[in-house]
This record gives sequence, C-alpha cells and structure tokens, in this order.
Amino acid sequence: MEEKVAIIEALIFASETPLTVERVMEIMPDAEKKEIVSLVGELVRQYEQRGGGICLREVAGGFQFHTRAELAPWIRKLKAVRPAMLSPAALETLAVVAYRQPLVKTEIDRIRGVDVSGALKGLLEKKLVRIVGRKDVPGKPIIYGTTRKFLEVFNLRDLSELPTLRELKVLHE
Amino acid sequence: MNYEIKLDIFEGPLDLLLYLIRKNEIDIYNIPIALITEQYLAHLEMIHSLNLDLAGEYLVLASTLVHIKSKMLLPPAEGEDEEEEGEDPRAELVQQLLEYQIFKEAALGLEDRPLLERDVFTRGAPGEAESAAEEEAMIEVGIFELVEAFRRIIAGLDHPEQLAIDAQKLSLADRINEIMDRLSEEKQTTFAELLGETADRRRIVYTFLAILELMKLRMIRAFQVGPFGAIRLFLSVEE
Repeated sequence: MEEKVAIIEALIFASETPLTVERVMEIMPDAEKKEIVSLVGELVRQYEQRGGGICLREVAGGFQFHTRAELAPWIRKLKAVRPAMLSPAALETLAVVAYRQPLVKTEIDRIRGVDVSGALKGLLEKKLVRIVGRKDVPGKPIIYGTTRKFLEVFNLRDLSELPTLRELKVLHE
Repeated sequence: MNYEIKLDIFEGPLDLLLYLIRKNEIDIYNIPIALITEQYLAHLEMIHSLNLDLAGEYLVLASTLVHIKSKMLLPPAEGEDEEEEGEDPRAELVQQLLEYQIFKEAALGLEDRPLLERDVFTRGAPGEAESAAEEEAMIEVGIFELVEAFRRIIAGLDHPEQLAIDAQKLSLADRINEIMDRLSEEKQTTFAELLGETADRRRIVYTFLAILELMKLRMIRAFQVGPFGAIRLFLSVEE
C-alpha cells in the first residue's frame, strides 16, 4: 500500500502533463483501476492534511502538483515574465466557446456583437480552442470547442466544473 | 497624412452600450433610448475624429438604436389597447445585451480562477527572474478609459490653440519611437505626462494614436491604480 502510493506520487511528480488514472494503469498493470483511484485519493488527502506549499489537484482529467494559489505573489517574484494574459476580447470569446460548444463562428459573432475572427485565431494559436469538425449545413462552417489545455490553464477537472452561467431572463413571455 | 488604426482591444458595440448604461446608472430593462443613442453617436463621432477605423458593427448598432428611437416616437398602432401593446421595440436589443452581459461576466469568472502560470505553478515552468520590482495593485486599462483620459486632457487645454506653421513634420512612426525610447529609458511613464508635454493638438493626437498603436501591438501596457488614477504605461515584457 505505502509503496504503491509512493510510486504514484513519483509518477505524478515526474509527469509533464496531468497524469491520468489510465496512464497509471498502463504503468502498473498489476493494480486495478479501483485501487489506483483510491490510492490517488489517499495521496490527495495526504497533501491536504500537510497543508504545505504544494497541492495535488485533478486537472483536465489527470492529476498534477501545483503551488498553492495564495503563494502566487512569492512565485511571481521568482519568475521574470509577467503572465501572458488574455485580452478581454479573447476571454469573452473563450467564455462563449466554453459554455456554448460545440458551436460555429457566426454564433460567437452574434453573442459578442462583433466579428470574432481575430480573437478566435489567437485562441486557436494559443491552443485554448480547437476545430472540432464541420457543421453539415451549406458552406460547411467550422465547429469550435475548447481544448485540454484550456482545462489545464483554467484549472478545471472537466467542462462540468465550469461555474454555471447566470440564467438568461426572457423578456417577453 | 492619414493613419488608420484598427483597434482590436475595442470590445465591440454591445460593450460600448453596456459601458454607457453603467455610466449613466440606467436600468437595462428600461433604457432611455434617446439619451443612449445620443451618447452612443457622440462616442462614434469621437472615435471617428481620431481617425480610428470604425468596425461596421458599430454602425449597425447605431442604426438599430436610431430605428428603435423612431419606433418609440410613433403612437401605438390602431386597435391595440394598453394591455397588449405591441412588443417593446427595445426588447430584442435588451435581450442581446443581457446575453452578452452574461458572457462578459462568465469571462470575468474564468479570469478569476486560479490560472496556471499566474496563480498556480507547476514544476519547473520557464522564466525565472533575478529580482523584480514591487508593484502597486493596478488594473489594466482598456480603450474607454484611455479615450476618457484623452478627452480630459484635450478639455484641459485652456489656452487657445496656436496655429503654428509646422516646419517640423511629425510622423506617427517618430512619435512611436520617441515613446519607446522614453519607456526603455525610464521604464514607465504616465499618459498625462506624454500628452501634457505640448499644447499642439496635432502632437497630442499623434501621441494618443502612438499609444493606441503600441497597445495594439502589445508592446506597451497601460495600468491604472483606480478610477481617475494616473494611467501608467509600461513596456510589456514578452517571453
């Protein structure tokens, strides 16, 4: 038990991307999925209890260590670069894609009231948004959706973890 | 000389409309169309006078506003009684505004999350500094704050404009270079400092355009400590 927890801890530490349970299963074929899930859970608890500078969190379907958010000012002192922030236009476009995906560009244009080509291109380049397919209507417009990296950057386990949108009131019933 | 600058930091006509609604503390369900239309058009005028390229969407919304305004001036059609008066001509626009507002909030919600490389860090991410200076808690300013500040400075020019014969030709590129030189020397400067140096309207406009262009190219960033605080400009440090 102890040994297995240690192996999983080491795997997560050494992995460059969030480590999925499936990947652990490939590496440790003797362990059952249920066992791995509970071992990871045990590890998460251990880190929580310790209350140190590092958290173990489920992000984008896998597990990853990161620094505690309250410690950000200290880490920023360590890092030279200012975080590359998204412009408000890019964030709005991203929000529309995230909540309404899969969707076509004209739908984003309509909601934001502007042509979002530029913002969308930037998001595609940053790999926060990707082309999911093409809609089967005349013109075959491209359908967009968010990426795994979007989940990683915004610290989301999966899309269901997105905060719920405020209800849109319908004016004329 | 004509310079056209396309501003993608401008977030669109709906954003401008919401800005006006907030500024006037108006109930979004009961927009005084005449007032808002007037202010909206005044803003477009100003943008136009700065020779900024107005995206077509702004004009579409302007015509929608004017259309709604004229509709509201018409008496209700015959045969309609008070109870079921025709649909409020503003309804569709309000619906659109509300939907946009929800996503604008959602965008802020996203930004508030613990973001990777901003709030939380994984092991061995790039970019370590030797040391960095302390910063004031500042908010990044957008185009509207800049335009407001620009208007205040122009309004603050008390002496009459001198019609000097401009022997020394100024170009936008020169002004951009001057600002960049200054920023790389002094690390930061304020909006008012740059604009206030001179009473020459043309120079002020060029300075403003240069700042907008640099922001668009993301070579500089603008921050403000609070409403009406000095707008400070910094070189942006790109990886």
